[in-house]
Amino acid sequence: MLHSRSLKGLAVPLISIAAGFIIGAILMLMFGYDPIQNYQNLFIGSLGDIYSLGETLRNMTPLILTALGFAVSSKAGFFNIGGPGQYLMGWFGAIVFALNFPNLPTVLLIIGSLVCGALLGGIWSLIAGFLRAYFGTSEVITTIMLNYIALYFINFAVKNWLASKGSDSSPNIVKKASLNTEFLQKLTNNSTFNWGFFIALITVFVIWIYFNKTRSGFEVRSVGLNEVASLYAGVNVKRTIVVAMLVSGLLAGLGGAIDGLGNFQNISVSNNLPSVGFNGMAVALLAAENPIGIIFAALLFSALQIGGLSISVYSNTPSEIVDIVIASIIFFVGIKYVFEAALAKNWRKKQRKTPDGGMDK
Amino acid sequence: MENDIVQMKNITKIFGSYKANDNISLKLKKGEILALLGENGAGKSTLMGMLSGLLKPTSGEIIINGKPAKMENPREAKALGIGMVHQHFMLIPAFSVLENIILGDEPLKAGRIDYKKAAKDIEFLAGKYHLEIDLNAKVSDITVGMQQRVEIMKALYRKANVFIFDEPTAALTPQEISQLMKITHALSEEGKSIIFITHKLKEIKEVADRCVVIRMGKVIDSVRVAETKEAALAEMMVGHKVNFAIDKKEVNQEKDIFKIEKLSVEAHGQLKIKNLDLTVHSGEIVGVAGVDGNGQSELIEAVTGLRKCKTGTIMLNGKKIQHQSARKIAEAGISCIPEDRQNVGLILPLTISENLVLKSYYKKPISNKGFLNYKKINEDGRRMIKQFDIRSQSEKELVGDLSGGNQQKVVVAREISAQPDLLIAANPTRGVDIGAIEYIHEKIMEQRNAGHGVLLVSFELEEILKLSDRVVVMHEGQIVGEIDPRDTSSEELGMLMAGKQQAEEMGEIS
Repeated sequence: MLHSRSLKGLAVPLISIAAGFIIGAILMLMFGYDPIQNYQNLFIGSLGDIYSLGETLRNMTPLILTALGFAVSSKAGFFNIGGPGQYLMGWFGAIVFALNFPNLPTVLLIIGSLVCGALLGGIWSLIAGFLRAYFGTSEVITTIMLNYIALYFINFAVKNWLASKGSDSSPNIVKKASLNTEFLQKLTNNSTFNWGFFIALITVFVIWIYFNKTRSGFEVRSVGLNEVASLYAGVNVKRTIVVAMLVSGLLAGLGGAIDGLGNFQNISVSNNLPSVGFNGMAVALLAAENPIGIIFAALLFSALQIGGLSISVYSNTPSEIVDIVIASIIFFVGIKYVFEAALAKNWRKKQRKTPDGGMDK
Repeated sequence: MENDIVQMKNITKIFGSYKANDNISLKLKKGEILALLGENGAGKSTLMGMLSGLLKPTSGEIIINGKPAKMENPREAKALGIGMVHQHFMLIPAFSVLENIILGDEPLKAGRIDYKKAAKDIEFLAGKYHLEIDLNAKVSDITVGMQQRVEIMKALYRKANVFIFDEPTAALTPQEISQLMKITHALSEEGKSIIFITHKLKEIKEVADRCVVIRMGKVIDSVRVAETKEAALAEMMVGHKVNFAIDKKEVNQEKDIFKIEKLSVEAHGQLKIKNLDLTVHSGEIVGVAGVDGNGQSELIEAVTGLRKCKTGTIMLNGKKIQHQSARKIAEAGISCIPEDRQNVGLILPLTISENLVLKSYYKKPISNKGFLNYKKINEDGRRMIKQFDIRSQSEKELVGDLSGGNQQKVVVAREISAQPDLLIAANPTRGVDIGAIEYIHEKIMEQRNAGHGVLLVSFELEEILKLSDRVVVMHEGQIVGEIDPRDTSSEELGMLMAGKQQAEEMGEIS
């Protein structure tokens, strides 16, 4: 029973992924490109050698965390679109801490920066959670607004406080604050792979424990599945909403902090919200908000993005084809109800055949 | 054979690989009232769905007026004279009664709807069949009983010869039920045939000529109602002997367990509970009867801490409990089987064992330093599944996959195992099958016999009269009367439920 349920859960994303690749292939054929060659290049360019693998893993690190953040709020029944803002705040917080305390011992400096970033992200999301719990303000609206407040506040802060005159970015953090160490660079042939990846994996495990083993995680799931029943059972629903949004923002903030320390080493003025915040939502949807699933979904998205770069290097196929594949996958996940209805038919037939399955239905 | 108006021959309906109807044959004579008896999920609705054109049989034949009928949709069934009165009425609340009746079949005069002719036709029919309806009233303003009469009129207006009543008495007061019975007899006297779907035995005895019992998709028997006892019908429906008697012990009822004084509660800006007093003693089941919407839900919400009390006190064992959180009140010793188990009592996508700890997960030994002991949760789950006879595949099965009766058993198991001083049960057996009803009644009675208090809020008068030691009647947020269930009939109780004023009016009519 349980076994078949998880199998069924896997079927929808797998079909969606296959369908996305097929759509990509059809389009390439229509415009005269070779899909097999391109998919091969995509694969080699993302996972084919140790350097590409390093890049892919580095690129998936913040995706994992923004996806986890989205998943936590979503489990509590909220649509937290604030991932980009929370990620930005996390990035900003980590860089500010690292720039201000360069003389701290390495471990303290890194932990301090990560915590500072995560907390800023958490506070950013907490604002939306608080407004939602106590005033009923739609978290969709507030998180979108908070995204832009974060973007422009950080642009302002970078220009006026962090950057030297005439520059658009902060100075680089000291080397020891970086998550990108020589050891890992050597190991991955000078890729940008950094320790953040392992922090993200540990976080996935922690969140899995949180949902499946802790009291607070159980409350978040209960409230998300049925707020009225939770209220009736005595759960403090308002506090649970605030907690869920806080955890959600902490995760996205941590994603930003890791990217800041591991990938960018500084923070610059930017025109747009970081796409990793939005892609995290797509990753979470593809993974059906399952923490373990998020690792694989993030790997796929990251591999497509990194491998997509080499498509246009080795052939004249535009690398945007990858965006079409990604968009198609999300589209098919979105219409999963169609698949589920089709699968459910088959499934019911099989279930009825089991000796004890039919009676009580 | 001449007067068989409907014949269903060897009907089988298969969904996927599930046989909902298995080789069912059924005959309906002109002017006959046929009861279709069966538990939830026995296949009654499927069978009637085929007769009314909603479903197509997998195999078998339907013969109407001697001619084989292949109905593709409900419209064709209507044209053949089949009129369905659904359990959930299909009326447009913003339209008047008249507009609802003629909708889809409007008489036209020069391209415009001829309301005068429609009204005249309908009034003629209303007089003939004792259907009291107010044609000009808006459907949203009329009572449930009148809405049902509108549905019947809709079918009559379309010249139906066969009426299918799907659980017609579920939402009616006793007065409305007896009015419906009169209408049913009037229809049959005029040569109309009626199929009466129900699982209430008393109604069958009262109204039907013949009764077809269906169990698990098969016809168990077809009997003449006058010659068959209720107990025999029940046994056929359930498949085993049903125990109607209930073990009511003499217990000490002196102690006040629960006391409400001068309680007022507001909801949506309206005063829903007005200055209400209520006491439950030890070892006592107090039944709260009343028509839906007279403040019962608000009363329960106020007592369980989900709604603020405006004024007044609520005391459990002499301690005030109002203005406390739902959790504090539950800890003080109040359990509640809520009316809506699917949306309030349970979280359907969680497992049985998770639902069983929904009110105790935060306490030791289940929760330890913020972590939940799932081993213990599942162990307890297995034990309670056994103890409360919850039919399931495992404790990790999702509650949403259980049948209604078993879902309710999960709620009952959780609430009773908390060993409450006061158990509130709101319509505890609504929509569950007879076997589960029997079981839930036993469990409630056990609470009482153990010397605890029970507050039973129910729209099923039979249930209230059967279980309660004392019955209070609620009307417009107040207790308007108290009766002794041993010497009160459901008719008398119904009068009180309708409120004094309305009761007087009804007296004039009948």
